[in-house]
Amino acid sequence: MSEFSVVGKRLPKVNVWAHLTGTARYADDIQLPRMLYGRLLRSPHAHARIKRIDTSRALAREGVVAVCTGADMPERMGIMPSTQDEYALALDKVRYVGDPVAAVAAVDEDTAYDALSLIDVEYEPLEPILTVEEALTREDVKIHEDSGRPANVFKDVHLEFGDVEGGFQRAHRVYDNWYFFEGTTHAPLEAHSAVASYDGDGKLTLWTSTQVPHYLHRELEKVLGVPRSKIRVVATPNGGGFGGKSDPFAHEFAACLLSMRTKRPVKFTLDREEVFYAHRGRHPVLMHLRTGVSAEGDITAVHFESYLDGGAYASYGIATTYYTGALMTVTYKLPAYKFDGVRVYTNKPACGPKRGHGTTQPRFAFECQLDQIAEDLGLDPIAYRERILQPANSRTVNGLRITSMGLGQCLEEVKRSTRFPEKHGLLPRGKGIGVAGSAYISGAGLPIYWNEMPHSGASVKIDRGGGVTVYCGTAEIGQGSDNVLAVVAAEQLGVLTDDVHVVSGDTSLAPVDLGSYSSRVTFMAGNAVHEAAGKLRALVAEAAAAKLGVPPDRIGLAQRRVYDLADPSKSLTFAEAAVLAEARNGTLVSVGSYKPPKGISGDYKGSGVGPTAAYSYQAAVAEVSVDLETGIVTVDRITEAHDCGRALNPPAVEGQIEGAAYMGYGEALAEEQVFRGGLHKKPSLLEYKLPTSMDTPEMKAIIVETIDPEGPFGAKEAGEGPLNPVIPAIANAVYDAIGVRFDETPITPAKVLDALQKSKSRVGPEGLSSQRDPKAALRRLHATTDAREKKKVM
Amino acid sequence: MLRLPRFRMEVPRTLDEAARVLRELGAGQQDPGTTGMPGMKVLMVAGGTDVYPNMKRRQLTPEVLVSLRRALARDVRADGPSAGVTIGAGATLSSVSAHPVVRSRYAALAMAAGLVSTPQLRNMGTIGGNVCLDTRCNWYDESQFWRTAEGFCMKTHPNVVCRVATSSPRCLAVASADTVPALLALGATVRIQSAQGERSVDLGELYREDGIRYLTIARDEIVSAVELPPAEGWRSTYLKLRDRGSFDFPIVGLAAAVRMDGERVAGARVALTAVASRPILVDAAAAALRGSRLDDAAIEAAAEAAFKAARPMDNTSGTIAQRKRTVSVFATRALRELRERRAEAA
Repeated sequence: MSEFSVVGKRLPKVNVWAHLTGTARYADDIQLPRMLYGRLLRSPHAHARIKRIDTSRALAREGVVAVCTGADMPERMGIMPSTQDEYALALDKVRYVGDPVAAVAAVDEDTAYDALSLIDVEYEPLEPILTVEEALTREDVKIHEDSGRPANVFKDVHLEFGDVEGGFQRAHRVYDNWYFFEGTTHAPLEAHSAVASYDGDGKLTLWTSTQVPHYLHRELEKVLGVPRSKIRVVATPNGGGFGGKSDPFAHEFAACLLSMRTKRPVKFTLDREEVFYAHRGRHPVLMHLRTGVSAEGDITAVHFESYLDGGAYASYGIATTYYTGALMTVTYKLPAYKFDGVRVYTNKPACGPKRGHGTTQPRFAFECQLDQIAEDLGLDPIAYRERILQPANSRTVNGLRITSMGLGQCLEEVKRSTRFPEKHGLLPRGKGIGVAGSAYISGAGLPIYWNEMPHSGASVKIDRGGGVTVYCGTAEIGQGSDNVLAVVAAEQLGVLTDDVHVVSGDTSLAPVDLGSYSSRVTFMAGNAVHEAAGKLRALVAEAAAAKLGVPPDRIGLAQRRVYDLADPSKSLTFAEAAVLAEARNGTLVSVGSYKPPKGISGDYKGSGVGPTAAYSYQAAVAEVSVDLETGIVTVDRITEAHDCGRALNPPAVEGQIEGAAYMGYGEALAEEQVFRGGLHKKPSLLEYKLPTSMDTPEMKAIIVETIDPEGPFGAKEAGEGPLNPVIPAIANAVYDAIGVRFDETPITPAKVLDALQKSKSRVGPEGLSSQRDPKAALRRLHATTDAREKKKVM
Repeated sequence: MLRLPRFRMEVPRTLDEAARVLRELGAGQQDPGTTGMPGMKVLMVAGGTDVYPNMKRRQLTPEVLVSLRRALARDVRADGPSAGVTIGAGATLSSVSAHPVVRSRYAALAMAAGLVSTPQLRNMGTIGGNVCLDTRCNWYDESQFWRTAEGFCMKTHPNVVCRVATSSPRCLAVASADTVPALLALGATVRIQSAQGERSVDLGELYREDGIRYLTIARDEIVSAVELPPAEGWRSTYLKLRDRGSFDFPIVGLAAAVRMDGERVAGARVALTAVASRPILVDAAAAALRGSRLDDAAIEAAAEAAFKAARPMDNTSGTIAQRKRTVSVFATRALRELRERRAEAA
């Protein structure tokens, strides 16, 4: 029998009915008396100076109540305090098609929409920078004039660990490949939405679909000039986030300001196209990976270069840049490692964190190259990976502390489940199987603004009827974070998750948690609740022990009962014990908090990105069929094993594995956030090819438990890591099927067909300069514009 | 979300009334080639699955919508096994694809109708609407905001160039209806009703190689029914290339129908969609098949003819080379499938 009564049980999530039946109250469901409807005016230019904005015609329109522009909120903002380069609304320049310029509040949506065309903006168009190559070289066109770096470089980082040169010299062979990972977006089903309400007493409340209520709280204070004590941010249930709701957004500031101006509630809900412009999705990354290996296949050195196309603003870009390098070391033994990362500004919607933040692209490159190395060595790709595993309880060459490490078990599980060795290299042409491993963090080791405070705080209250309430600043984004908190509290107190109410995402009601990003909630908030509930558990146990006449250490709590472990027939109900405890101790409220330990990283500039209290590990096997005549790749099955430490709720972990595999599948084969002359080419769910249920492969999710020594009940993350191995596993399976290495994503039928017809052995970039002609799109735009002008004259 | 522009709705109860309303509104004088699509002030709508999204994006901004929901017949009428069928233009794509007579005798149509978009849209979308579907282009099927940023195109603003090929004298938007190649392969005619009376035209004559003036009938002429000739001896099939298993419009659609007389092909039709501004009945493919034993050589010649007839442009998902290549692969697959089905039946 399990030592737990709630942990590890296949119980429904606490908010499952609201989510399944649509009764969950999302931000757009909020209707307040006298509420106004807002809409943003967006830039039609990829790069332009704003010469003049005249809102008078819009204001004169019947039904328009207020209009605001960048000049009304001239404070710099941005999610990372060290790289704030945004304004709530564009101040003097616009930097991508879709950059918000002004905001309208009107009595209804139609009036707000119509009023946008009455705002007169005079632009001075500037040449847009659309590719990494241009961004690196064009000193004459600066997207951010005051960036202080050459051309349009946002950030460049250079790190070196161990004897890299010696490692390459010692190598039997050096693999030298270029890779390209196309940009993708999160495409949450719920479009961003926010409702602001400013009350007569000077207090402002913002309900918004955000993953980071605490960080947003800070930015609202800064931009609006209103003390944080007067602002309350409530993160409404997010209809999916995936990292796309982790920045402060224009519509949130505009809702607040317009509500303060009008003294009426104001709602903004973005339309689908606007969600593509809000973006903050996966960076397109061009990568150069050199790996030295010994004759036996041991890695002697790795040099990895990444070029990130960051789009118009910083977002989390500084962290993304470091992340493309940091986690390369935590899966396989690397004695020497060099990393050079460059992120540039381009005139496109800003990239940011998407599930797997910055680690997905290098993982694709690394795992594809390992497949090639294993092939050359004549080794099974799983056997090869098992041979070079980074051990548990070790330090990586870049100083990262590793504790529990289940990649070996994950590989073993997928091997057994798929009978990999009996298939790999042995299937008929057109059928293939491929594998990849990966890792992810259970929450970033450092917060985004420097401070010594906890990363997560929670309080737990027991009421007189035996009910338990958990208060924590986490944001429920559909990933099941409320359920994780309920499971931890219920297990500690011996009640069921049904008995637990979770109050989350509210900056006034709940202690600070940094937010639902970097897969930190289970580990960090879980530990905070574990501590808080543990304190109450002790009080309840003491009170029950006194009543039952047994020592407190003989008291057990489970299934709403508090009992003598030696004689379970001696017991009280949890509610009875709680009443006794409250009588003895006063009100039953406790607090807990969590902060990652020190000493989990190296000591060098840039060491702050990459460390975590515990890494999750995963391995995936993809089985594919390639139609040799049409180039269509069908993924028949994805089998994925994930080391989550301990599954607090196994169906929730399996759901995360499946959801991540689905998302990875879409990125591998179809999804691309691409542009044509500065304009998004596919800003709709019809043209942005998110896979449908008809396309989704059969999936098998396998949970591997390594019981992490520091996680709550041994748990680690499950939200992001499982995406990472799926993409290279598919690419490797395609290679197994048709003998073509896809060193770039997405692997579309057109590319497959082209490779087959031209008997190519590889599809991918050759280097920086040979990327698709950077200026072709621009020339085309100019050509069509010129032609149009000529035609007008005629 | 995007919202519809303001408009007035007329809901005539009969076809005669609809024809009269359209004439009174002057719908027939409209020429999108002169005004651009948004310049058309009177439009017909049936299921609305294409018209309403296009209105939300302001590709269409009619002052009056004439709803044909009440006026159009929506039944599939089959008068015995040796007769043809008449499908009311208001029949939903779901009902067409599920109809037992269509399924058994006009397989290509049942398949094509069943492959349009999603179940929800097939429950609303009609066969008449699909036959008259607006042409598509990824420079045109964009929001008002996007097109403003781009500077518009010929299909909405006739004084502007075609974005797909700036030297093109005409709009290159793509015919994208799934059911049309199936209907062409099955030899369909359409019944047209207007205030001038009723007439029938071969379906092939309904279309023009022009992304703006893609229909040859006037804008006050109502496609009231689709008529299929007797199907005795014919076998047909439809293949669709799209990026996903649902939602997507075709980027290649190919229908084939063959009638055998003993060992020889007595009649054949191969039709394409999504590879030009109009659907294409590939006569050369039919010629290659007629009189043959549907052998590999004849199929290859037909596939080659289909390949030549396809003239996709870079204005949908996928690439030109991929779509052209897929036309010939689909032609081969479709015809082999028909050959095998015959072998099974024998």
